[in-house]
Amino acid sequence: MANSYLLEVGVEEMPAHVVTPSIHQLHDRVAKYLKDQRIDFAEIQEYATPRRLALLIHGLSDQQPDIDESVKGPAKKIAQDQDGNWTKAAIGFTRGQGATVDDIEFKEVKGTEYVFVEKHIAGKPVAEVLKGLPDVITSMNFPTLMKWGYHNLQFIRPIRWLVSLLNDEVVPFSILDVTAGRQTRGHRFLGHPVDIDTADDYEQTLHDDFVIADQAKRKDLIKKQITEIIDQHQWQIDWDADLLEEVNNLVEWPTAFAGSFDEKYLALPEPVLITSMKDNQRFFCLRDQDGKLLPHFISVRNGNRKHLENVIKGNERVLVPRLEDAQFFYDEDQKLTIDQYVERLKKVSFHDQISSMADKMARTAIIAKLLGEKLNLTDQEQADLQRAAQIYKFDLTTQMVGEFAELQGIMGEIYAKLFGEKADVAAAVREHYMPISAEGALPQTKIGAILAIADKLDSIFSFFGAGMIPSGSNDPYALRRQAYGIVRIVADRQWHLPLLAMQKTIAEQIQQSDMQLKFDYLKNADQVNNFFIDRLKQFFAGENLRHDIVDAVTKTNQADLVNIIEAATAINDQKSDAEFKDDIEALTRVIRLAQKGQPTSSEVDSALFQNPSEAKLHEATKQLQSKFAELSLTEALRQLRSLAPTITEYFDENMIMDKDPQVQNNRLAQLQQIARMTQVFGDLNQLIVK
Amino acid sequence: MTEKLTVQKIIFTLEEYWTEQGCMLMQAYDNEKGAGTMSPYTFLRAIGPEPWNVAYVEPSRRPADGRYGENPNRLYQHHQFQVLMKPSPDNIQELYLGSLKKLGIEPLEHDIRFVEDNWENPSMGCAGVGWEVWLDGMEVTQFTYFQVVGELTMNPVAAEVTYGLERLAEYIQNVDSVYDLEWADGVLYGDIFKEPEYEHSKYSFEESNQDMLLNEFNDYEREAKRLIKLGLVHPAYDYVLKCSHTFNLLDARGAVSVTERAGYLHRIRIMAKSIAKAFVEERRKRGFPLIHDEKKRQATVAEYTKKAEKAKERAAKQAAKQAKKAAKGDK
Repeated sequence: MANSYLLEVGVEEMPAHVVTPSIHQLHDRVAKYLKDQRIDFAEIQEYATPRRLALLIHGLSDQQPDIDESVKGPAKKIAQDQDGNWTKAAIGFTRGQGATVDDIEFKEVKGTEYVFVEKHIAGKPVAEVLKGLPDVITSMNFPTLMKWGYHNLQFIRPIRWLVSLLNDEVVPFSILDVTAGRQTRGHRFLGHPVDIDTADDYEQTLHDDFVIADQAKRKDLIKKQITEIIDQHQWQIDWDADLLEEVNNLVEWPTAFAGSFDEKYLALPEPVLITSMKDNQRFFCLRDQDGKLLPHFISVRNGNRKHLENVIKGNERVLVPRLEDAQFFYDEDQKLTIDQYVERLKKVSFHDQISSMADKMARTAIIAKLLGEKLNLTDQEQADLQRAAQIYKFDLTTQMVGEFAELQGIMGEIYAKLFGEKADVAAAVREHYMPISAEGALPQTKIGAILAIADKLDSIFSFFGAGMIPSGSNDPYALRRQAYGIVRIVADRQWHLPLLAMQKTIAEQIQQSDMQLKFDYLKNADQVNNFFIDRLKQFFAGENLRHDIVDAVTKTNQADLVNIIEAATAINDQKSDAEFKDDIEALTRVIRLAQKGQPTSSEVDSALFQNPSEAKLHEATKQLQSKFAELSLTEALRQLRSLAPTITEYFDENMIMDKDPQVQNNRLAQLQQIARMTQVFGDLNQLIVK
Repeated sequence: MTEKLTVQKIIFTLEEYWTEQGCMLMQAYDNEKGAGTMSPYTFLRAIGPEPWNVAYVEPSRRPADGRYGENPNRLYQHHQFQVLMKPSPDNIQELYLGSLKKLGIEPLEHDIRFVEDNWENPSMGCAGVGWEVWLDGMEVTQFTYFQVVGELTMNPVAAEVTYGLERLAEYIQNVDSVYDLEWADGVLYGDIFKEPEYEHSKYSFEESNQDMLLNEFNDYEREAKRLIKLGLVHPAYDYVLKCSHTFNLLDARGAVSVTERAGYLHRIRIMAKSIAKAFVEERRKRGFPLIHDEKKRQATVAEYTKKAEKAKERAAKQAAKQAKKAAKGDK
């Protein structure tokens, strides 16, 4: 019962970002396989380096449990002929079960006699079961796949060795032409091929051969080494969890070291230095006690301390041409003006079926202006917004962004300031890309937030107009992320904007400009609404909103996304009130009945009232209508709900579909007035109140 | 590193080493090209079922990277040492590390890493999976298992090892500028290449005749397409290389907008794709002579012949369908 099994898949260097997800994946697949095979185990330990994925399984049972079962065959009258001889059906059935006709018993099932065979299946020993692992391994998925040699198997990298040890015995199997054994490989340079005596020795055997197979231990060691260096120099480090994870999966035997570069490069903008070190070289950046960037870095070698001076010198040397290039770009870029960079955008394509980048900016400027008007910007704010919209892509034509594409927007802000733009204009240049990821940070300045919305809105309208609509997993221009970004920004800022109704106005203004559009800006406009509604649903999912509430508020023609969000919030806040269900039931009854007919007049005529409850509801409705538009949605819902007792009374006393068409009309008109008010909440009928 | 190797000595060493590993030593292909991969000894020979092991130096021209001989690391023309082995040997990484040792780079004295870097050349319909090899943080080699070439899936898969000779030599000779490299005894890289670097940069950025180049691109394209139809694979491919270099010149001159760029690359890709297909077909007609195991050769020829016939049938059916459609349209 105390078996240990070691599986190691040795590969050529995997991409760093693949290592951790892959070992989890292998773990899950092997655990599932063992479970399916009815093999118990106590625990699975994971080991992973760039060159190996390994699992050590503890407490494996010796074998599968035996199975005793009785298998049902054909009915007796089919199994035997009139003379009591066994038929072909009976013989075939027993053969299929590995038995003979002598093993047949009859048992009654629901009054009919059937053939049964008692079967005893002996559980397979664990070693036999483990021989099935090759299929488990080769069925793994990876973000990139490759073939090698003559083989057709697709895997993350070529498989070069396999270790399969049950305690101290090899469980033989092979994948392609690689046969599993007990031999692993140590560190590529410091180590050797080495035999593992018994599964439990795995970690130690590799450690003796300069491989720290446990990812967590390796990471701790790197952290400890780096901490020692920075403590010694009183440096501060930008601990970057992603970088640490990546570095950890680039090495098997880490040795951290510090290097330096010429102080003169510190005159470069910080993002440029950080990109050069972190993204290109996987260096950790260092700061002094005041947080100022230092002309030093820390990197991690895959090896020991011997000849470390070569490694330090080499890494220092690599940085120089990069920084030298950056310095050159930085100096050169400052020789032109923003207007010259903007001029160049006429020749830069936004998308060949849409327009140049310059035209894209012109459209964004139109949208930004409209948004600014709706948001009542001051003249100064409106002027700043227009200036930002005029220039916001200019850094794309600088040499620095040409070389370091990831600095787009960031260099834009830095250069804009250097060129004398106002701080909020410069910030907007950077912020218009935000949020950069689904849950990324939002723009902090008002101008930046408006520009971000305008830029994204134009992209969505343009790609839809040009017929490039996201479908399934196909969303190459990240339009979903952009629409979701808009939802997040307006929600965050509580900006009531008729976004979904603006497309026409925008199209008209574009037409009045001197821009030549290659496509119809309004084409597929009907799909844009649903596209946004879907993003809203995504937003609500993140807020853990009840499904029926989402269904209710998104069944709407609302052009204002924030209204929809506020409607959802109002319902959500009140959903647990004692009277909520009854109130909603009363309101939805109104909505359903109101749909029954089309009154000739929408006015309610009090002269036609027959019962006091009519006057009462009429009065209550009139009062609410007079102030309804001014109410917050929370208050609006509360007030609508407060009509419920009056509504119930009204239904008790009055027959809506009265024989007299005039009376009927009058009552329908009354109900429709109420129903219309509920429409700010979408379709309350969708709420589950039973 | 006891002895400081000259550039030519580095080349000798790599040539000797890789021929010992079973590679044929070829010479640079005499057409302008942007990378060693574009030599027919790689691009064409990577395709199809025949084994192929080759090593050669390839001068590679990238007009947009020209810096008038002023930048210590960027060049109009640099040199690649190219190794292609098909099928990829199981010990290809070890073979590569062996070559570094021959150059005096002892792994235990450095930090050598294989860092993920998947390679793609969309204009030639090529994609591969592999690494850039870091020597103390510097990328000195591109290492690729070709997966797709000319939009054809590889079978068997070829492994390509591309050394950036200047980078490697700078490291070995411990100099910071390519122009300080010693090519041969007493002759510096700068003595040989500084002037052409300046002149080619001047030409590419300022003096090239755009109209002539545009016309040439169109002429070369027309010629390539005509030759493809005639099944003249190699001359057709020469014209594709000419198209590619002409495009690079136009691009360096800033004569190609971003939009047009995609269009040009697409035109080159279409040609590369049909040449890749035609090459396999021509090799099949010749009976895949590089497969030395006779039984295997016959089986492979049979397999490809069957595929070719099926493709022909499909094409015929499609043509018939289209003819029918056209006839209907006429009515």
